[in-house]
Amino acid sequence: MKLIEDANQQALARILEGEPRLIDIVPARELIPGLRERMILHAGPPISWDRMCGPMRGAVAGAIVFEGWAQDLPTATKLAANGEIEFHPNHHFGAVGPMTGMTTMSMPLFVVENARFANRAYCAINEGLGKVMRFGGNDASVLKRLAWLRDVFGPTLGKAIRAAGGIDLKSIVARGLSMGDELHQRNLACSSVFLREIAPWMARTSTDNAVLAECLAFIGQNDQFFLNIAMAMGKAITDPANGIRGSTIVTTMCRNGTDFGIRVSGLGEQWFTAPVEMPEGLYFAGYSEKDANPDMGDSAIVETIGLGGFAMAAAPAVAGFVGAGAPSEAGNFTRSMGEITVAQNPEWTIAAMDFAGVPTGIDIRLVVDSGVVPVINTGIAHREPGIGQVGAGVVKAPLACFQQAIVAIAKDLGVS
Amino acid sequence: MTDQDRPQYQQLLARKVEVVNVGLEGFVKDLSDCGIDVVHVDWKPSAGGDPQMAALLAKLGV
Repeated sequence: MKLIEDANQQALARILEGEPRLIDIVPARELIPGLRERMILHAGPPISWDRMCGPMRGAVAGAIVFEGWAQDLPTATKLAANGEIEFHPNHHFGAVGPMTGMTTMSMPLFVVENARFANRAYCAINEGLGKVMRFGGNDASVLKRLAWLRDVFGPTLGKAIRAAGGIDLKSIVARGLSMGDELHQRNLACSSVFLREIAPWMARTSTDNAVLAECLAFIGQNDQFFLNIAMAMGKAITDPANGIRGSTIVTTMCRNGTDFGIRVSGLGEQWFTAPVEMPEGLYFAGYSEKDANPDMGDSAIVETIGLGGFAMAAAPAVAGFVGAGAPSEAGNFTRSMGEITVAQNPEWTIAAMDFAGVPTGIDIRLVVDSGVVPVINTGIAHREPGIGQVGAGVVKAPLACFQQAIVAIAKDLGVS
Repeated sequence: MTDQDRPQYQQLLARKVEVVNVGLEGFVKDLSDCGIDVVHVDWKPSAGGDPQMAALLAKLGV
C-alpha cells in the first residue's frame, strides 16, 4: 500500500536523520512540566499499583522515601497502596528509565537534544551495580547513592557537559559498536569513550579534586554507565518519527514487569500491550529462574533504534553473557532482526557483518507476517523488592502486541 | 524399458535424489538418515497460518 510505504520512508528518514547530543544534567522538576509532589514516573506502559511487580513496588517505596513523602518504607508502601501516589509512564513525559525506571522531581536527568528536529528526551543517571533502585533496591545505601547523584555527581557532570558544549552521541555509538558494545548489556566501550571525552572538561570545571576523583571513578567503575545516555538518545531519535499517519514503524518498546507495550508511528500515543515474558538467560551464583521477575524497563528503546539484541553481532561476548549461545552465533540474532526491519543504519555498522548497518525500523507487518519478534538483551531482577539484579538474558517481545497494532492500523486506514 | 520410456517422475527417482525441503524441518532428518542430500528452507505461512490476519496483511502490502 503506497500510503504505508511512503509513511514508513518518512518515519525511517526521521530516525536516521536524528542528531542526538548530550547537552546537560538537570533536576527532573525543571525539565518536566507537570511532574509534581507525590507523582512517580515508571518504566513501561501505564500500570496501577495493584498490578505492579515486586521490584517495581520496592522501587516506588524507595522513591517515596527518597523524596521525603514518607519517613520509612512501610509508610511509603501504605501511601502508594492507598492511592495517594500518582503513577505515569516515563514515555508520556519525554523520558525513559531503565528496569523499574523511577523518575521523581528531584532526580537529576540526562538531557539529550535531537538537533535535527529540536526535541529533547531525558533519562536518570545509571546508579552502577549491586543494590540499586532500578532493580527494586530501596535500602539506606540505595537512597544514599541517589542523594549523592543528586547533590554531587549530577551537578559536577552537568557543569562539564555544558562547558564542553555538549557531547555528540552518534559518533560514540559508532565507535562502541566497533569495540564490542551492543549498547544494552555491554556499554563498556561507549562508557570508556565517553569518559575520555568528558574527563578533561570535568577537570577544567571542578573546584574540588576529591570530588573530581570520586566522580571520575564512579563513571570509570561502571561498565553500564553509558546505557542511560543511550536510552535518552533512543527516545530523542524515535519521538520525531511518531505520529506519521499510515506508518507501521515501531517507535516505542518497553515493559513494566507486568506488561510489554509498544507504540507505532501511525497510531501515535496508543499503547498495545500483552503480558511480558520471562527472560531466558544466565543467573548469578546462588540464583535461578525461581528468583526471576518478568522483564521490565524502558531500555528496549535501544532495540527500537537497532541496538541491543538487534546489534548482537557487534558484541559476541554478550551472547555468552546473556546465555544466547556461542559467540559465533551472535550474528544470527542480527540477521534475524533484519527480517523484521525496513533498513540498515549506514552510520552504525558492524565489522563482523562486513560493515552492514544495524537493522533499523521495525515494521509491525513484517513481525506479524514472519512470526519473528524483536529480541531484547536485558538484565534480570529478583522478583522480591529490594534485592536487585540476579542475572542477564534475552527476552522476546510478545507477538500479540504487534497483532493488535495491525488490526488497529487496518481500522485506521479503512482496511478490513 | 529404457529410462526414456519411463514416466518423468520415475526417471526422477531412478537417479540420485536431491531435495529442497520447505517448511517442516522434521522431514530433513528422515531424508538425511536415508543418505539423501537435503537443503532446508526455513519457511512459515504468513501470520502463522491465521487466514484473517494473513488477508489483512496482504491488504496492508505484505
